[in-house]
Amino acid sequence: MVHSRNNRIFQVVSNIIMILVTLMVVLPFLLIFISSITDENVLIANGYSFFPEKISLHAYQYILQQGGTILRAYGITIFVTFVGTFLNMAMSSLIAYALSVKELPFRRAITFYVFFTMLFGGGLVPTYMMYVNTFHIKNTIFALIVPGLLLSANNVLLIRTYYVTSIPGVLYEAAMIDGANHFTVYSKIVLPLGKPIMVTMGLFTALGYWNDWTNGLYYLSGKEGQSLYSIQNLLNQMITNIQYLSSGKVLNVGAEISKVPAVSIRMAIAFVAMVPLLVIYPFLQKYFAEGITVGAVKG
Amino acid sequence: MSSTEITARKHGKGKQFKKFLPLYLMLLPGCVYLFINNYIPMAGIIIAFKKMDFSKGILGSPWNGLENFRFLFQTKDAFIITRNTILYNLAFIIVNMVVGILFAILISEVQSKVAKKIYQSVILVPFLMSMVILSYIVYALFSSENGMINNSILPLLGMEPKSWYNEPQYWPAILIITNCWKGVGYGCLIYLSTIIGIDRAYYEAAKLDGATRWQQIKFITLPGLKTTVITLTLLSVGRIFYSDFGLFYQVPMNSGTILNTTNVIDTYVYRALLQLGNVGMASAAGVYQSLVGFVIVLMSNLLVKKIDPDSALF
Repeated sequence: MVHSRNNRIFQVVSNIIMILVTLMVVLPFLLIFISSITDENVLIANGYSFFPEKISLHAYQYILQQGGTILRAYGITIFVTFVGTFLNMAMSSLIAYALSVKELPFRRAITFYVFFTMLFGGGLVPTYMMYVNTFHIKNTIFALIVPGLLLSANNVLLIRTYYVTSIPGVLYEAAMIDGANHFTVYSKIVLPLGKPIMVTMGLFTALGYWNDWTNGLYYLSGKEGQSLYSIQNLLNQMITNIQYLSSGKVLNVGAEISKVPAVSIRMAIAFVAMVPLLVIYPFLQKYFAEGITVGAVKG
Repeated sequence: MSSTEITARKHGKGKQFKKFLPLYLMLLPGCVYLFINNYIPMAGIIIAFKKMDFSKGILGSPWNGLENFRFLFQTKDAFIITRNTILYNLAFIIVNMVVGILFAILISEVQSKVAKKIYQSVILVPFLMSMVILSYIVYALFSSENGMINNSILPLLGMEPKSWYNEPQYWPAILIITNCWKGVGYGCLIYLSTIIGIDRAYYEAAKLDGATRWQQIKFITLPGLKTTVITLTLLSVGRIFYSDFGLFYQVPMNSGTILNTTNVIDTYVYRALLQLGNVGMASAAGVYQSLVGFVIVLMSNLLVKKIDPDSALF
């Protein structure tokens, strides 16, 4: 049979290419991990490598024993992710529910008010000046939670669409006849029935907070700011310092370089920052894929 | 709206308001946030038309007409950042589309359910990582002292090590590959879900007619993807004036020697504002981005609406 042979070749080719692709995805992560367990001297002599001559767990010991800053940054990331995601989801679902009620006066105008923020923005300069000069957000924990990430019009509108299309309107009417007000309907009907969309959107919001480093870059500085660094900011600062040292602008490189954590420690911190994502991902893969296909993130 | 509805509304305005009060309360926190986070900065674009004097504040500072813009467009930076932003985005759109479709078709051809699931999951993993992590990976490969390419790969090929972060000619390729590595899973999943949605009957019929696998892809799968491809592309084109700040700032490690190749509008605005303290230039470039970006979003959305009304933003 020509067909079955043709088919078999296709199978083999598809699988070989996709296995190569899988390796290309996995290997860089593996490189980070292996570098984090490579002996520091070997790393400096031979560079990053998949096959280190000597293995050492020194970096992880260091993080556990003396990594006060690292653990603190880790805690800040977790705190910001939880608080930010919670506030975001609460505000988003409240707006989404109100906008899903068809009889609401000015519904179209308010929807446009939300939607327009997706089309036009003032940009970094006015945003920065407002948050720093008017709200004095610089070097406070709010800097990591509030700017940009606390609400996304796109997500609000997707949640609203879900409420409109997936929750039967009869339920609302029945509840209203029974004398329930909108708060009861929201908490007793909409939130429980809307759980799938909330999980999906919540996941992307949490990912956004976990990975955010730009707010820290803009709004945290100096000693005071550094005490609020999230894990991403810490990683960012370490790699920036290295670049600065090798730029030749520093006179006493020897003294400065001792302040920068060793290569293996840096890699260990990077690994620790991504491990939660890698561990959680397989269980939540379905929601991530769903979120992308409904448009939770615009590519 | 019918006339009876209007009279009913007029009659019960007070009652109506009471009935809807809970809903307005629900709208309040989010709407206040959008007002602060989005609408006040929109008004803040007037900064670009002012000669900023911090002691006088934004409103107290004297007007400056279009001077800031004149200064900006007199520099060669204005051209460089516009060119880089648009060309990189075009390259990203094309590369990610071609590679994404290719992977989606390959995954859809795989028969083993387990393998399919693994490929599908793995390809999305880089999408979950922050740009900081990506900059670590790129640095592990390209660092001139410890980088794997200089230490292990180039010696193997008998080549001299290179100072990658100082040689601009490599950066378009590095950035395009990095962006593809991170982002291709996103498009791939969307293409894949479109392919899965194509009616199996077409393939069965084609098989009966003796079509090869390749012919099935060419005449059924690819045409089936057409709407999705055009829509996704137009949506990305709508964002062509914006770029991922981290990719252009963090991944090249803010290296000055390759700036002309890696500088885009977003990184220019950041550097002008926070590293050079040049509010005039920064705000002029920001407004330039906002306004041109706005026009492009509107135009691309108009086109999306013609092709696939459901995917249009409005």
